[in-house]
Amino acid sequence: MMRFAALRSENRRLALKLTGFAAGAFAFGFALVPLYEVLCEITGIGNPKSLARAAEARPDGLADTRTITLELIGNLPSVGNWEFRPVVNSMQVHPGQLYETFFIARNLTGQDTVAQAVPDVAPSKAVAWFHKTECFCFTPQSFRSNEERVLPVRFFVDKALPSHLDRLTLSYTFYDESTRVAAR
Amino acid sequence: MAHEHAAAHDDHHQAPTGLMRWIKTTNHKDIGTLYLIFSAVMFFVGGAMAMVIRAELFKPGMQFVDPSFFNSMTTVHALAMIFGAVMPAWVGLANWMIPLQIGAPDMALPRMNNFSFWILPFAFTLLLIGFFVPGGAPAGGWTLYPPLVLQGGDSLPMAIFAVHLMGASSIMGVINVIVTIMNMRAPGMTLLRMPLFVWTWLITAYLLIAVMPVLAGAVTMLLTDHFFGTSFFSAAGGGDPVMFQHIFWFFGHPEVYILILPAFGIVSEIIPTFSRKPLFGYEAMVYASASIAFLSFIVWAHHMFTVGMPLAGQMFFMLSTMLIAIPTGVKVFNWCATLWRGSLTFETPMLFALAFLFLFTCGGFSGLMLAIVPADFQYHDTYFVVAHFHYVLVPGAVFAIMAGVYYWMPKWTGHMYDEKLGKWHFWLSAIFVNVLFFPQHFLGLAGMPRRIPDYSTQFADWNMVSSLGAFGFGLSQLLFPYIIWKCVKGGAPAPARAWEGAHGLEWEVPSPAPHHTWDEAPSMAVIARGAEH
Repeated sequence: MMRFAALRSENRRLALKLTGFAAGAFAFGFALVPLYEVLCEITGIGNPKSLARAAEARPDGLADTRTITLELIGNLPSVGNWEFRPVVNSMQVHPGQLYETFFIARNLTGQDTVAQAVPDVAPSKAVAWFHKTECFCFTPQSFRSNEERVLPVRFFVDKALPSHLDRLTLSYTFYDESTRVAAR
Repeated sequence: MAHEHAAAHDDHHQAPTGLMRWIKTTNHKDIGTLYLIFSAVMFFVGGAMAMVIRAELFKPGMQFVDPSFFNSMTTVHALAMIFGAVMPAWVGLANWMIPLQIGAPDMALPRMNNFSFWILPFAFTLLLIGFFVPGGAPAGGWTLYPPLVLQGGDSLPMAIFAVHLMGASSIMGVINVIVTIMNMRAPGMTLLRMPLFVWTWLITAYLLIAVMPVLAGAVTMLLTDHFFGTSFFSAAGGGDPVMFQHIFWFFGHPEVYILILPAFGIVSEIIPTFSRKPLFGYEAMVYASASIAFLSFIVWAHHMFTVGMPLAGQMFFMLSTMLIAIPTGVKVFNWCATLWRGSLTFETPMLFALAFLFLFTCGGFSGLMLAIVPADFQYHDTYFVVAHFHYVLVPGAVFAIMAGVYYWMPKWTGHMYDEKLGKWHFWLSAIFVNVLFFPQHFLGLAGMPRRIPDYSTQFADWNMVSSLGAFGFGLSQLLFPYIIWKCVKGGAPAPARAWEGAHGLEWEVPSPAPHHTWDEAPSMAVIARGAEH
């Protein structure tokens, strides 16, 4: 071992550098989280956080004459303890015009609870052109036991929506506290 | 000569004896042996689970186990084989052989070496006692996808901590490998004189240190999602379960090259030895390995084409995946060119290496099929995928490990192993592994999903064939420890250069290799003789 005695400090230095490299890789794993959101935004898949925020854009000028079919869907992560559905299942909308529609939610869990709707728009390419100016999905909603509420959403479709898109789907998944994985 | 001095040094060295020798050892050969024994134990633990899986799938209907336990079997089989059998086997071989091959007296950080091994038994105890806690062992698949994996029982945090420990162990192990290779080479052992096993291990080590912490991060996020109210992967809180798949496969794809690159190294040493020719295209092999390692970082999403991705993304991941076929093709070409007009003999290590060459290439081809996006939509999560990755892992990585063990066993034990039994082991393994996995291609193409305990009756025939192959393969592996045990106990004495065509510094020390080797660096002449590639 004698000929390597001088190497000890050099070995330790390289080992420390590599440990730093490993720590950097661990941090990179977490950096992938914001990076993922940025990439989703860039590729047009849409950022769930931006979908759940009020759009700053407002309709300007005259609405388009073309008609888009908007389908509305209410999803529940599990069956039986909630009622959640759109008032109308489908609407004909003109890009550039503001619309309002409603969803109905009823708490059947038997206790007071808080629920949060998570929105999604399909096809994902259309996310950039679908603006919600007001939505029950922006904040958690408190429900008393057995309470039924009508929840409004106000939206418009951007006139810049590519012409090959003529059918959009707006869906909400309605999670309450008890369906959160963390609380199980 | 150096080894005579080393042998004399060995005599007056006071090593602890008995159990404490193994617990406290900092000797690279002892630790290598420990890793290899651990790996063999986990190989049989994981193998027993595979037997349960194939017994349940022997015919349609529920036979022996309930579905949840079946899912635990597939999950823990994979974790045990990947992190318990294959990776520790590579680290064990690296411990044993890298210092010998580069003329170093030991690994650079001997105490950390001891620590990184002794973490492993604790990690796997933690994983395996999951079977005895409420809810049973993890059953959501080795990929640990949320939200399914979060619905498991109390074993979830145990499995996550086990993954943390395995990660810590392998990161320490590879830091040691890198420092040893970078700092401890004998004077004159330049980087491009290193044997390919050392080269591929160096590349593997960098891959591992870059991605293992990412897995640790991903499972930490699972842990905080489940217990501390974060929402990394929970849609209810604004997270995204698909993001887990991206992070996991950012680790997972380099991981599959971690499992196979050292195999390339071993095969690149065995084929020249038994062809009695230098390796064809040594430098091309080094660059091809490095290219494969680089590409492995940019192809991960080919594991998840079906989750939804922009067309440009699908094209990118499809084409970059296919690109890997080029450096891999260079390697296969070079191995074939090494065999070309060689004076071939077919001892057991060579047989395993040749089976590797052929069957790994088959696995590579089915990988190319899976890389094609529209085809993958059909193959995804079917038995075709199971057949593909078992072809690259069993006759790929595992056969290469066995080839390496047979190749270096004379150096470790000082005895030649029983060649006849070795050939039996090879032929039984090579035949049964194909009976076991080849029909799974047909099952997958016919639409049989993976990870199911029961199946539709049209899949019955090939499942029965596959199960019979599995039982045959499992039983023939029992020969392996017997052959090793017999070789440790005795056999024809092995000369220092156990194979007449073998080159490399490990063949310049006596067989069995003394406890301490290369206390004095090998001379330039010895290094030049070893580096005839």
